[in-house]
Amino acid sequence: MAQLNALQRRRKNGVISMVILLFIFVYIFYISSSRVEPVVYGFFLGDEWKLISEWKIGSKSGVLIFLLLALIGLAISYIQFKTNRKITLGSVIFGFGSIMAFLTWAAAGKFIPLTGLLQAAVLLAVPLIFGSMAGLLCEKSGVINIAIEGQLLFAAFISAIVASLSQNLIWGLISAPIAGALVSWILAYFSIRFQVDQVILGFVINVLVLGLTNFFYTVLLVPYESTWNAARSFSAIPIPILSKIPIIGPILFNQTIIVYLMYVIVTVIQIALFKSKWGLRTRAVGELPIAADSVGIDVNKLRFRNVIIAGAVAGIGGAVFTIGAVGVFSQSMTAGAGFIALACLIFGKWSPKGALIAALFFGFTNSLQSNLSIAGVPIPSEFMLMIPYIATIIAVSGLIGRVRAPAADGIPYLRGTK
Amino acid sequence: MKLFFIKLQRIALLPTLSFIFAFFIGGIIIVVSDPIIMGQLNSPGKFLTAAGARIGNSYLAIFQGSVYDVNLARESGVIRGLYPLSETIVTSIPLIFAGLAVALAFRAGLFNIGAQGQFIFGAIGASYVGFNFNFPPLIHVPLVLLAGIFFGGIFGGIVGLLKAKTGAHEVIVTIMLNYVAALFILWLLKTSVFLRPQRFDPIAPDVNPSARLPKLFGADLRIHLGIFIALFVTYLVWWLLNKSTLGFKFRAVGANASAARTAGISVPVVTTLTMFICGGLAGLGGAIHLIGTEYALTAGVAGSIGFDAITVALLGQATPIGTLFGALLFGALQTGGRTLLSNTGTSAEIIQVIQALIVLFIAAPALLKMLFRLKKNIETKSMAAKGWNG
Repeated sequence: MAQLNALQRRRKNGVISMVILLFIFVYIFYISSSRVEPVVYGFFLGDEWKLISEWKIGSKSGVLIFLLLALIGLAISYIQFKTNRKITLGSVIFGFGSIMAFLTWAAAGKFIPLTGLLQAAVLLAVPLIFGSMAGLLCEKSGVINIAIEGQLLFAAFISAIVASLSQNLIWGLISAPIAGALVSWILAYFSIRFQVDQVILGFVINVLVLGLTNFFYTVLLVPYESTWNAARSFSAIPIPILSKIPIIGPILFNQTIIVYLMYVIVTVIQIALFKSKWGLRTRAVGELPIAADSVGIDVNKLRFRNVIIAGAVAGIGGAVFTIGAVGVFSQSMTAGAGFIALACLIFGKWSPKGALIAALFFGFTNSLQSNLSIAGVPIPSEFMLMIPYIATIIAVSGLIGRVRAPAADGIPYLRGTK
Repeated sequence: MKLFFIKLQRIALLPTLSFIFAFFIGGIIIVVSDPIIMGQLNSPGKFLTAAGARIGNSYLAIFQGSVYDVNLARESGVIRGLYPLSETIVTSIPLIFAGLAVALAFRAGLFNIGAQGQFIFGAIGASYVGFNFNFPPLIHVPLVLLAGIFFGGIFGGIVGLLKAKTGAHEVIVTIMLNYVAALFILWLLKTSVFLRPQRFDPIAPDVNPSARLPKLFGADLRIHLGIFIALFVTYLVWWLLNKSTLGFKFRAVGANASAARTAGISVPVVTTLTMFICGGLAGLGGAIHLIGTEYALTAGVAGSIGFDAITVALLGQATPIGTLFGALLFGALQTGGRTLLSNTGTSAEIIQVIQALIVLFIAAPALLKMLFRLKKNIETKSMAAKGWNG
């Protein structure tokens, strides 16, 4: 057999791991499973056109159907591998089949509102998506951003206060990116002007924002709650016709204005980064700044601007926590979302599309976990919650594909040095 | 002697200035957040007096709450008056170990954000050995400490091994492992092995009395033998870094990994070993925290010690001695913060802000140099910027 190149070897490894996984799944979910009670999947939420309201299937036969689907995915991957094409389609089908097989096995005898679960998954993914886009903008131009957590938290804090004081949600939404950009300014100023280590700096910024918000929360927001911390929140705006499509409608087109804003921003970033002059320059500055400098690009100015824009993007994500959901601010309410956003960025191999998919996947595991524990499925929720973190470790260890950051990521640029 | 002072100035000037500047900004924040004082803004004299008194009282309260309480001493003797100091040291002990875990990694060119997870695993190991077995104290205590070192070391070693074998960046892996550890302990405390009999909340049984560290000054003060272990380990780490061949290798890899490789040092081995030792240090901290003060394992056993440890190590500029003082300072600030609220009405969260500011200024010496127009050469251990791919 002809020698395989690195790409083909990775695909081969992918196919082999799928085969092994499929054997394990067949054993756990089908052969050794004694669960026969039916699973009921709910699809209908109430506002959309009614196609199907629920689907009831015996656990064992359901598992069989989805495992067959996974097998089909595996077959497609194999054919794609043999004909030397990307195995993406096959792996997606395989992944979908496996997850549904797991769900059908785990939720035997229970009711799972599938559409609601997916809707919640998108909602949970939104701040992660904004956060990872912020990380992307920074890191594509060569500045490591682990201050995403601080940017999210500060924006959540400020937007809640502004929305409360002005009694106007729009002002809250406008203040959020400004707050995020302000935090980003510290990152940009210290890392670009003073060449401070960006990871240390990001860490310190997170601590600083946590301290400041905690302090002002206890000093201002608690004693003067009715004026300082009493924002309402955006309600969902169903998009005519689109929101009526069964399953997809309620998930994607019956959300708040911030979610629609997310669609726009992700699209703009994806296109701008790969099709515009700004995008080309940004990537050049992140990969080989000295070359960018030699053709007249002001490396540090561009980096500074991108870091500020990134903060603004993260800021909108921060608003999701307060005026996008519950309205009021509470202490350290972002709870590590900034770090999961960082994980999404890495898991998505520093690409907007990848980060988006990773964020949706992480949102899905989170939503799945809470739905399963509500339904009373006896699987420790802690292990479900670990999935994003372990998946990220596996991703950076290079076990699935090769993950590589922009070459100059984290290295300050000084003219005249390499 | 003169040389000594010059050296002292080089090492201590930056932390001292950062300290003063951070407290200055902290004072401004305290005043700005107080509506009553801000209400007097139209009469500058009154405003300045009120503001000055408020800031002075707040910082005095921190001192009283962390070193020596005059009122308590007057009522029940000098020893009781030292209760705050004892609390400061008790708070500092785990910070010293975890801080060393971060500092040592820094010197080998690794940023160990994972002290939190390693600390948790150390505490888990110590708790299990502590409540599950019965030995004479002279055997039991060392066994518990070894368990802490082992569990923490393994949890840290994984990071080093992954970095050495696959190039996975330690910052990302440790951030993720911190979450894994936090979730793991939540699950573990619900299992029948760790759940305390007749209890339904997540708390493990107390460690047996034979596994506890003795208190130094009777039951009144919580200060325990751990402080001596901490001092000894600080010395050990100093010795390891500055006097041993292994430490030289650590520093060589930290300064320039490719040069070290050319000189024949195996970078993967050093990386793995560093992370194992650092994990062991943090794990030892977890064990000592558990058998010195906590006794029972809970999900919050580590608090935010592992994260504060990073600020402590940065404050100590990644030297063992500096880390020791940094930990004592942070212990004092945190202990003092508790009395701050009750004595002056200033929210204790200001401590977090001051801590972060101190470290921000230390991490950015150029800013202070610019602000104070310093020309002198301030010594800064470079914790140089490295990319994700580095």
